[in-house]
Amino acid sequence: MAVPTYKTEQLKCWNKAKELRMDFYKNYANAHDKGGLRWAGGAWSFGAIPAGLGNDIFPITGEPYAAGIAFNKEFSLRCLEASEKKGYARDLCSYMRTYWGSIILDEYLYGGKFPKPDFMWQDHICCSHAKWYQVANELEGGGIPTHIIDVAVGPYRDVTEGRIDYILSQMHEGIEWLEKVTGREYNDDLLIEAVHNECRATSVWAEVCQLNKAVPAPLDEKSMYSLYVLGTLEKHSKSVADFYEELRDEVKYRVENQISATPHERCRLMSDTQPPWGFLNVFRYLEGFGAVSIGSLYTFGLIGVWEDKPDGSWGPRTTPKQKGIKIETRDQALRILADWNLSKPEWQHFYSPHIKSDMMIRIAKEWKLDGILLHYNRGCEGLSLGIAENRLALIDAGYPVMTFEGNMGDEREFDEAKTMGRIDSFMETLGMKEIK
Amino acid sequence: MISQFRDWEENRHVYAKNWKEKTGGKVIGYFCTYVPEEILYAAGILPVRILGSHEPQDVTEPHIFGMFCPFCRDCLAQGLKGRYDYLDGVMISQSCLHIRQAYTSWVKHVPQSFSYYLPMPNNVQSKHAVPYLAAELKTFKSAVEKWIGKEITNDDLKRGIDIMNENRSLMHSLYSFKKNDSPPVSGEDTMQVAMSQQMVDKREHSPQLKKLVEELEAGAFSTVNKGTRLMILGSEDDDIPFVRMVESVGGSVVIDDHCVGTRYFWNNVNVNGGDLMESIAKRYIERPACPSKDWVERSRIPHLLNLAKEFRVKGAIVIQQKFCDPHELDIPAIIKTFNANDIKTLFLEFDVTVPLGQFKIRVEAFLEMLQEDDLF
Repeated sequence: MAVPTYKTEQLKCWNKAKELRMDFYKNYANAHDKGGLRWAGGAWSFGAIPAGLGNDIFPITGEPYAAGIAFNKEFSLRCLEASEKKGYARDLCSYMRTYWGSIILDEYLYGGKFPKPDFMWQDHICCSHAKWYQVANELEGGGIPTHIIDVAVGPYRDVTEGRIDYILSQMHEGIEWLEKVTGREYNDDLLIEAVHNECRATSVWAEVCQLNKAVPAPLDEKSMYSLYVLGTLEKHSKSVADFYEELRDEVKYRVENQISATPHERCRLMSDTQPPWGFLNVFRYLEGFGAVSIGSLYTFGLIGVWEDKPDGSWGPRTTPKQKGIKIETRDQALRILADWNLSKPEWQHFYSPHIKSDMMIRIAKEWKLDGILLHYNRGCEGLSLGIAENRLALIDAGYPVMTFEGNMGDEREFDEAKTMGRIDSFMETLGMKEIK
Repeated sequence: MISQFRDWEENRHVYAKNWKEKTGGKVIGYFCTYVPEEILYAAGILPVRILGSHEPQDVTEPHIFGMFCPFCRDCLAQGLKGRYDYLDGVMISQSCLHIRQAYTSWVKHVPQSFSYYLPMPNNVQSKHAVPYLAAELKTFKSAVEKWIGKEITNDDLKRGIDIMNENRSLMHSLYSFKKNDSPPVSGEDTMQVAMSQQMVDKREHSPQLKKLVEELEAGAFSTVNKGTRLMILGSEDDDIPFVRMVESVGGSVVIDDHCVGTRYFWNNVNVNGGDLMESIAKRYIERPACPSKDWVERSRIPHLLNLAKEFRVKGAIVIQQKFCDPHELDIPAIIKTFNANDIKTLFLEFDVTVPLGQFKIRVEAFLEMLQEDDLF
């Protein structure tokens, strides 16, 4: 097979993404210096709601914080072992154990002591979500006000007004609770602005991923991790929504000018679930064969919000603003926020792996894939849910599948050499040889 | 008296097939004890809990990643092996992610004419949970009505509630004998009764249970166990050989907190003239919680301590199905609280089969430790 060669160049907005990420962690740590407040919760929590308390409310989201630690192998191991010493099982979510370890050690990845949150604001769809902050609160000595919203009301295709109302009532209650525990008056205008920002950010991120249908792919999955993460930090913020628009414009330019993520794309793959964060060299290894991972349902749908387009393809969900909807009340804003999040692709498989298989097969077709790598991720019960059924469905649909076992946040459960060996075999079955 | 319960439990599939033949009714398999059986009994359907068979198996390997709990894999194995081939339908009420996989794989690979996913709320401590669940129960009732082609009336629902309440109340009566200094019924026998309760028509189970309770009241049973009083708590546990072993070496299991035991039957539906669906919803929201639903407050801990004190246990065996995240998230807090209350604990991890020999040594050592407290 002839080896194609494409032009490559670094993303111009790359450093800005890194700056935004670092600002997020600094803002959280320094919130009290500015008279602001800190809250802790998950990457999927309804961050737009606490935003109504003011412009000086800074979150830390547990999953990306722990993923960052996983990249620092020395600190990661100390965090994991600290949790184990407290009696927590090694097979629990590795993000959660890492996050707890950072509290137990009282060390913040970005320097200093772990900054204690003023309140906890979480949602719950995975068995670990609510319990994560229950235990975190205990480890902090208890007494941190905590509000958790149950969002596990079934897949979006079966959504009813009653199911949205259940979430809505918890949201309304949450706002009253926020006013009570912070002593601040709630500002609906700030909520409405945050909801618009969240819809814009998550829709534009889907648009960025959609652009990766192009051959050659303008982005590879390893780079996408550094970009999608902003949505896991503060998807409701103006800075993230603005950044994604800037990124979208740059990626469009790359597509128009055939600027590729990898120099020799000749084989297109996708992966699944979080990668083993300490071993992203797996993706660089693939490049040696001319293989590019164009993303995954995880990178597309953890934050991105999608819809069926009139031509039958999968594309970014039309935002309320694009539809000409004017959000005028708190209730309307919350209802839109609930409905928008319920349609998130990564929430669907919690009810059936078969819904996820259909989405993965759709990606495989529309993004023109040659094969799929499934990470059997021991570190995440939620996103590994049903993964074996996904494998069967993808094989049935005619796609070659390679599985590898590992852990997103616990390097003790990832065998790098064995994984690279599996990749060699998989590439051979796809007819790919290493490019000299 | 116990032999009938043992026979039902050991021959559960034969029983269900005979029941179908005898009544011409439908049988539904369910995966979690949050399933509102009241509505199924109201519809004339026999609900049977899908449990594993405690045999090593490999049929689930292509379907469920090995880091999920052995119980969910053992349950799915039963479906894939055709052991529940008499079922007309399956359903689940939302609880942990693990057992959910057994359900979703079952639905795909063991086709049924009826399947239902009931989105039971997780936030059971929220005041919004009861009205939400009541509305979902109405939707579920409509789905069942459509399936059986018959309306479920209020009278039917009252009958379903009565059937369930009577059985639960009788289980309480049975357990009350275990508060005696020398319980006249063993932990193993109690487990046989509790397990059969989840697979036999309660209209047959209750009269048999009533007879047993009456005989116990009459003192017909000689004292069977004077062993060290123990509690078993944790993940799903239907491992009868394990309980038998514990009691063979000097333990006496007087109380439990797991979903084959008290968590299944502990509270009743209170009908006070209000909406029946709301009454049923309230019962499931307020029942002793599965750890997957026990947040923001830890309601399980005071409940467990109450049980331990009420049944005067000397120690607790904390069991956990391997990889069971919800219990792994509760166990450190439970052990800490129990130890602070002078209740010693032994932690054991369960798989489809348990290493009885090794566990026996650990249980013996635990009992020796508890007995030392009496000596010194």
